[in-house]
Amino acid sequence: MSLALLVNGIEHKVDPAPDQSLLSVLRDNLNLTGTKYGCGEGQCGACTVLLNSRPVRSCRTLASFAAGKPITTIEGLEQNGRLHPVQEAFLKLEAFECGYCTSGMIMSAVALLKQNHSPTDSQVREFMNGNVCRCCTYPRILEAVRLASTRASAGSGEQAR
Amino acid sequence: MNGNLHSVELDFERTAALENAQQDSMFRLDYRFELQRREFFKLLGGGLLVGVCVSSLAQESGRKGRPSEDNLPTSLSAWLHVAEDGKVTVYTGKVEVGQNIRTSLSQQVAEELRSPIESIQLVMGDTALCPFDMGTFGSRTTPNMGPRLRNVAATAREQLITIAAERWRVSRDTLVASDGKILDPRSRKSISYGELSRGQELVTVIPDDPPLEAPKDWKVAGTAAPKVDGRTFVTGEHKYTPDTTRPGMLVGKVVRPSAFKASLVSLDSAEASKIPGVAVVRDGNFVGVVAPDEPSAVRAVRAIHAEWKAPAQSSDATLFSDLRKRTSEPGETYGMNPSHVVGSVEQGLANADKTLSQTYTVAYIAHAPLEPRAALAEWNNGKLTVWTGTQRPFAVRDDLAETFHVSPENVRVIVPDTGSAYGGKHVGDAAVEAARLARAAGKPVRVVWTREEEFTWAYFRPAGVIDVKSGVRKDGTVVAWQFDNYNSGPSAISTPYNIPNQKIEFHASDSPLRQGSYRGLAATANHFARETHMDELAHIVRMDPLEFRLKNLNDPRLAAVFQAAAEKFGWGREKGTPTRGFGIAGGVEKGGYIATCAEVEIDPARRDVAVRRIVAAFECGAIVNPDGLRNQVAGAAAQGLGGGLFEAIGFDDGKITNPHFADYRVPRFTDVPKIEVVLLDRKDLPPAGAGETPIVGTAPAVGNAIFAATRIRLRSMPLVPRGLPKSS
Repeated sequence: MSLALLVNGIEHKVDPAPDQSLLSVLRDNLNLTGTKYGCGEGQCGACTVLLNSRPVRSCRTLASFAAGKPITTIEGLEQNGRLHPVQEAFLKLEAFECGYCTSGMIMSAVALLKQNHSPTDSQVREFMNGNVCRCCTYPRILEAVRLASTRASAGSGEQAR
Repeated sequence: MNGNLHSVELDFERTAALENAQQDSMFRLDYRFELQRREFFKLLGGGLLVGVCVSSLAQESGRKGRPSEDNLPTSLSAWLHVAEDGKVTVYTGKVEVGQNIRTSLSQQVAEELRSPIESIQLVMGDTALCPFDMGTFGSRTTPNMGPRLRNVAATAREQLITIAAERWRVSRDTLVASDGKILDPRSRKSISYGELSRGQELVTVIPDDPPLEAPKDWKVAGTAAPKVDGRTFVTGEHKYTPDTTRPGMLVGKVVRPSAFKASLVSLDSAEASKIPGVAVVRDGNFVGVVAPDEPSAVRAVRAIHAEWKAPAQSSDATLFSDLRKRTSEPGETYGMNPSHVVGSVEQGLANADKTLSQTYTVAYIAHAPLEPRAALAEWNNGKLTVWTGTQRPFAVRDDLAETFHVSPENVRVIVPDTGSAYGGKHVGDAAVEAARLARAAGKPVRVVWTREEEFTWAYFRPAGVIDVKSGVRKDGTVVAWQFDNYNSGPSAISTPYNIPNQKIEFHASDSPLRQGSYRGLAATANHFARETHMDELAHIVRMDPLEFRLKNLNDPRLAAVFQAAAEKFGWGREKGTPTRGFGIAGGVEKGGYIATCAEVEIDPARRDVAVRRIVAAFECGAIVNPDGLRNQVAGAAAQGLGGGLFEAIGFDDGKITNPHFADYRVPRFTDVPKIEVVLLDRKDLPPAGAGETPIVGTAPAVGNAIFAATRIRLRSMPLVPRGLPKSS
C-alpha cells in the first residue's frame, strides 16, 4: 500500500502495512523517533503529533488515515535552529525529569496554544489530561505552558505555528 | 544523644544490608579482569587518567585489587580522563533515569577540576568502559559517587598543577587552576589542561577518602545548573533504548504465557512461520518471534496457537490474609530478620493512659515507567552487546553471561539515559529476551515491551500488612510502640520518635506476585502506617498533630522540616471544615528529612476527594543542585498521590486484571494540586540522595487531612480507589 505522508512539510512515499499505525511509520519507516510509544492504547499521550493542526494519538491512528494531511512531529517544531516557544519554555523551566513524555507534552501544548493563545490553568489541565508524566513534573509543565502562552501573546504570537 | 538513636542507626545499617540482598538477589559471577594501562590509553588516547578506589562499603565492593603502575585495580569505582584536546571524560557505572545525576555529577567534577561544565562529558552505565558499579538505587549516587568524582577531579587538578610547575620550573604553590587552565599569576603565563596532558600517559589511583572542598565554598556545585543535555529532550533528539537501531535489525516479540507460573503444553506456529521474514523461536517455556517489522511481528504473535498449563493461584481478594499466613520463619528473610527491641513494650502498654491497636495495608503497585522495558541485542563472533534501560548494568551483564554461558568479558551492556525507572528496572528481562532472539536470528533484535506486558511481566512494589500497637500518656508522650510489617519491607521501619519501649519487626512472606524495588521501597508503607497511627494518637489525646509529633521528637533535623513545612503551609492558621481538611506527616529515610502538609477538599455528594495543596519541606544536607532537587521533591510528592489515592494492581489466578492505563489510574494533570517545595540547605552536612524519600510524606498527610475533615480514618493505601467510603 503506497502512501504519501506530509511530515514536517516534506512529502514521504511510504509503503506501510494496512494495519500499521502512524506512530510505527514515523518511527520505523521514517526514523523520526522523537515521537514515543508509551502505551499503544491512546491513554498516555507520549505519541502525540499534530494532524491538520490537531493533536492525535499516532499509536491509534492508521498511517493510511493520515495520508495527504499535514503532520507535525516534535522534529518539525524547530525552525532555522530556533526552538519553538513551547520548546523554549520547557527547556528554560526544565519541565521534565526523564524526558520520555516531553515530546507528547510539547505537541499537546502547541496544539492547545494554537486554539487558545492564553488558556487558563484549568483549561490547560483539561486539554492535557490525556498526557501522562510518570515523573509527575506536572506543576512545571503547567508553568511552561503558561510561560509559552505569555510569550506568544506578548508579540511573538506568529511563532505558535 | 539517647540510647534509641544508636539503635536506630544500627537498624539502618541492617536494613540497608537487607535491601542490598533484595536488590542483588541474582548471583554474580566472580569474573574480573585487570585492565592493562596500555590498553586503556589505546582506547582513550594519551592524557591523564585518575581513578578512585571503592572504600569498604559492602554494597558496592568489587573484588579488592592492589593498585600498581601497570594494572588498574579491580576495585575502581570511577575514573576521569583528561584528553590531549582538553576534553574531560568521566566514567561511572551509575545511570541517568531522570533523577538528573548526569548534571549534578558533572557540576561536582567541574567544581573540583575547575573546568567549565561544558568541557566535561560523563560516560555512564557502559560495562565495557565504566568501572563496576552495583547499580543506581537506594539514593546512593549523591552520597557515594558524588564525593568519589569530586576526589578524582581534585586529584587530576593537583596533578595538572604539578605538571605545569615542572614545565615552568616554578613552585607548584604559586600556581592556580581556573577555567580549564593552570595560571601563574606572577608571570601571567597560562596553559590549558589539554596542552598539559599532551604526550602524557599518566595513571593515578587514589583511595576515596581524602578531604574535599567544603560545600560552603562551592561555586558550580550548589547552583541551579541547567540539565547538561536538556535541549535533546525538548527536540526529541535524545535516543532512548526503543529509539536505538542497528543495521539489519529485526523486531522481536515474546509470546507470553496465559498466566504466571504457566508451562507450555503445545505450540502450533505453522501459520506464523508463513508470514514473510518471520521466524519463531522456542526454547523451553520461552516462545518468541522475530520479524522484519513491527506489524509482521504483531501478526506473527497473534497467529501462534500456544497451549499453557498453569497452577491455580490466589487473588487480590485474599491478599492481606495470605500475606500473614505465608509468613516465613525468622531466618529465611535473606538471612536477616531485622527486629529491633528497646525497653519492654508490655510494660510500656501497662503504664500507658490509652492504648491503640490498628492495622494498615498497602496494595501492590506498578512502576509503569513511560519508557517500557526494552533492549536491543547484537551478537558478533560470540560477543554480545545489549542496549537496555536498566538501573543495574553490571548485574544485567552478569545475568546475560550466565544465561548464555559466556564470560562477562564477552558481554557489554550499554544504558542510554532512560525514560524513568523508579526502582522498576533492576533486572534485565528484556535484555535476555532480545539476546535469545538475536542469537536465533543471527541478526540484531530489538524487543520493546507493550504496556500490557509492562503491567504484567515486570515486578511490583510489595503489598504489605502492618500492625501497630501503641500506648500514650495523657500528656501526649508515646510510651510503647510495637510495629510489625508483613512483606512490604524493612526500609524506614524504625520510628524516628523518641519512644522508651519499642518492638519493631519485619516479617517476610511468600509474595503471590513478583515483587521488588520501588522509589522509597517500603519507606512509603512504613511511613503511611506510622504517620497515620501517630495522627490517631494525637486525636486520642486531643493534641494538635504537629505539636504531638514535636513533643515526641528529639531529632532536630526532623523537627526542622516539620516546622518549615508547617510555617509555609500556615499550619493551624485556619480551622478545617467537614469539606476541607489539613494533614501533616513526615519522616527520615536514606539521609533525607521530609515533612509534608496537605489540604484536601471533600465533595460529600459525590464522595470525592481532591487534594488542593501540598507543601513539602525537605533537607538532605548540602544541596548540589537546588533546581534539580526542587524538581525531584515536587515530582515525588505528586507521584505519591498515585499510590496514596488510587493506584492498585488487581490480580486473580495468575493474571493481572488491570494491565492498562485505562484501568490502572495514575496521577494526571487534574489530580495534581499546587505543590510548594521548601528546601533546607545544610552546607555543614554532606549531601544525601533525594530521589526517593520525598515520596513518603504524601499518602499519610493526605489521609490525615481526610480524617481531619470527615472523621473517617482510612488505613489502606490506596486511600480512595473508589471514592470516599461512608466510614472507616
